[in-house]
Amino acid sequence: MSEQVIFTFDVDGDDFTSAGQASSQVKRNLRQLGIAPDIIKRVSIAMYEGEINMVIHAGGGTANVAVTEEYIEIVLSDQGPGIKDITQAMQEGFSTAPDDVRSLGFGAGMGLPNMKRYTDYMDIQSQVDVGTTITMRVNLPS
Amino acid sequence: MNNYEHSVFLDVNKCIGCTTCLRHCPTQAIRIRNGHAVINQARCIDCGECIKICPKKAKKAVCNTLKDLDGFKYKIALPAPTLYGQFDNLEDVNFILEGLINIGFDDVFEVATAAELVSAYTRLYLKREDIKKPVISSACPVVLRLICLRFPSLKENIMPMLPPMEIAARLARDKAKGEHPELSDEDIGVCFISPCPAKASYVKNGFGEYKSQVDAVISISDIYFQLINAMKHSENVMPISNSGRIGIGWASSGGEATALMNDAYLAADGIENVNHILDEIENDTIPPLEFIELNACTGGCVGGVLTMQNPFIAKAKLQTLRRYLPVSQTKLPKGESQDVPDCYFFSELPTYYPISRLSSSMSESMRMMSEIQKLRGELPGIDCGACGAPTCRAFAEDVVKGTANIKDCTIMYRSELLQYLDSKGDESDS
Repeated sequence: MSEQVIFTFDVDGDDFTSAGQASSQVKRNLRQLGIAPDIIKRVSIAMYEGEINMVIHAGGGTANVAVTEEYIEIVLSDQGPGIKDITQAMQEGFSTAPDDVRSLGFGAGMGLPNMKRYTDYMDIQSQVDVGTTITMRVNLPS
Repeated sequence: MNNYEHSVFLDVNKCIGCTTCLRHCPTQAIRIRNGHAVINQARCIDCGECIKICPKKAKKAVCNTLKDLDGFKYKIALPAPTLYGQFDNLEDVNFILEGLINIGFDDVFEVATAAELVSAYTRLYLKREDIKKPVISSACPVVLRLICLRFPSLKENIMPMLPPMEIAARLARDKAKGEHPELSDEDIGVCFISPCPAKASYVKNGFGEYKSQVDAVISISDIYFQLINAMKHSENVMPISNSGRIGIGWASSGGEATALMNDAYLAADGIENVNHILDEIENDTIPPLEFIELNACTGGCVGGVLTMQNPFIAKAKLQTLRRYLPVSQTKLPKGESQDVPDCYFFSELPTYYPISRLSSSMSESMRMMSEIQKLRGELPGIDCGACGAPTCRAFAEDVVKGTANIKDCTIMYRSELLQYLDSKGDESDS
């Protein structure tokens, strides 16, 4: 197994205004590792969307980012309500976000589709009333 | 690769190593070593925040003086529009421009006039189909250096147009040579009257392949009292000024953007806000915009560290001065009005080694990052600055890079000492 660096964050579900902090920190770390700007952009957009989702729907969770020489893997886990129908959730424009969140400009139903678009691999494991774990991977050019 | 001649310097004798500048440096370029501040030249962006904040006035900007122009036969002053907002009870910009002639300049060419041309050409540039939006203004040299060092992915968004100071310098030279054919290029000395040290650095270093047309930069604060004494309150002041609301508006934040007659813009000022906006552009989390104006100083150029007035007072004074001026005094030459002439562009942005990168090898960077993460968990995390680094995180990086010693953390040292004393106490008890 090759070397890896892991960054772990608690995503606070109580404070909506702090959402996005974990992805900014990851961005800084990736810059220090010398990762190419376009890769950093993809990772930070995918992670930002996931982070916002955890805050809006699940009351927070944890984010684990593992960097190896081959790829960057983001694992977002929460103990929220779970996703009833993953296929439906993956459709652009589908959203269950409450109105107060929409008034802030979120809840456009682009979160999951964007996460898929910006990553090379995405897997959603979800159980209603138990929680959701999303694993995303962005490959690094060799 | 990061060779860059700076304009922000430290007076070692005045610095007491108090850590104030340490916390305010936006690029974490400062460390305290051996009791005084040390500026990392590769990271410094000449923003002047440390000059503003230093309680001992130990940080200084190094600019030219009028004496430096002695070698030139024909001297031209290029006043920044910010200069106009520095005086009380001023009704007419011409009093300032005449004052500049009175202190020994042969001619004055307003940067505000050139700014109106840049505004007109920017409106044309934004109509192009082959450019990357949002277009980021290239007027603030601090922002340019910040993007090159920290946000290289946004380089393509930078408008490749020369700043008004450079356009003014070229036009002023052309005008001088037209009026005085006997003058050669070497005879003409062009001097920018500047609100900030970053412009002085821009002039010294050029920009990428571009070499500045300005010969000297004098700060507004250095020339202020001499100028005020040379400003006569006569009835028949010389009618030199040739700029309108748009040109003078460039002195404060939003002036450049509003001149574009385009609603899809954002204007942000203050280095923290600038950093934040650049981050959002990089993340694609801002709404679709045509143009982004960014000024490192609060309030825009009126907030420059080399000015005399509070930025908001200066802005209010400029509003009064602009009130009865025409919108613009500069018209684009007819015929070429659909294209921006090549002489308004710079060809390429400078390339710097990314400052944040830990090592040029990925595996080495990863090893260092693991160590930094580990060390960070052990450090107190209170960012006290006593070790000489701005944050515990920065200290952990310094230790791993080998530029600081873990023993410099006084909090850790203290707890070790207490443990030691405790163990000694236990021994004597038994």
